[in-house]
Amino acid sequence: MKPDSRPLSPHLQIYSFKLHMAMSISHRITGIALVVGTLLLLYWLGSAAAGPQAYATAASLIGSWFGRLLLLGWSFALFYHLCNGIRHLFWDAGKLFEKEEIYKSGIIVLAAAAALTVLAWILGLAL
Amino acid sequence: MSLRTPLGRARGLGSAKEGVHHWWQQRLTAVAMVPLVFWFVVSIAANVGADYASMHAWLKNPLNASLLVLLLAAVFHHAQLGLQVVIEDYVHCHAVKTASIVAIKLLSIALGVFGVVSVLFVAIGG
Repeated sequence: MKPDSRPLSPHLQIYSFKLHMAMSISHRITGIALVVGTLLLLYWLGSAAAGPQAYATAASLIGSWFGRLLLLGWSFALFYHLCNGIRHLFWDAGKLFEKEEIYKSGIIVLAAAAALTVLAWILGLAL
Repeated sequence: MSLRTPLGRARGLGSAKEGVHHWWQQRLTAVAMVPLVFWFVVSIAANVGADYASMHAWLKNPLNASLLVLLLAAVFHHAQLGLQVVIEDYVHCHAVKTASIVAIKLLSIALGVFGVVSVLFVAIGG
C-alpha cells in the first residue's frame, strides 16, 4: 500500500485527558485483567478436583501475601467492571448521555466499586 | 432512500451478516452475571481459608454447583466476546487478527470446560 499523505482527523493525544476517557480505557483494561484473574479461579477449582494435597498448595498460594494482593486487585477490577458495565447498560438504554450525567455516573461508579471492594474484604475477613 | 434490498432490510443482519447478535450476547451475559457475581463474592468471602472438606461440602450443594457452572459459562462467553472486540480494534494485520480471534474462542471453550468439569468432578464425583 502506498503511504497516505492526506491529513488525518485529530487523534487521541490532541484532546485533554478527562475522567470519562480514563474510565473508558479502564473498562477494557479491567476486563482483560479479569480474564487473567479467572485463570486463578480455574486453578483453585482444578485443585479442589485434583485432591487434598493440590488443594492445600493452591490454598496456601492464594492465602499468601502475594496471593491476597492479587485478590485485592482482582476484586476491585471485578467491581469496577461490574459497576461501569451497569453504566454501559444505562447508555444502551439511551440514558445518562448529558455531560453532567457522564461525570456524575462516573464518580458514582468509582465510589461504588471502592465501597463494594471494602465491603467484600470486611465480609471475607470477619466471617 | 435505502440502497438495501427489501429482503436484506427484513432480515436486519447488516453488512457483517450477524446483526446485533454479538452485542446482544454481550449484554445478556452481563445482565446474568450481575446477581451471579454478587452471590459468588459473598460465597467466597464466607469461605475464605476454607479447608478441603468444607470446600467440597460447599461444592456438593447442588445450588452452589449449578450457580458456579452458570457463572463459568457466562464468564467465558462474555470474556471471549470482549477480547474479540479488543483484538478487532487493535490488531490490524488480517492474518494475525483472525488467528488471535480463533485462538481466543477455542481457548475460552477449553478453559470453560475445564472449570465446569472441575466443579462437576467435586459435586458429583469424589
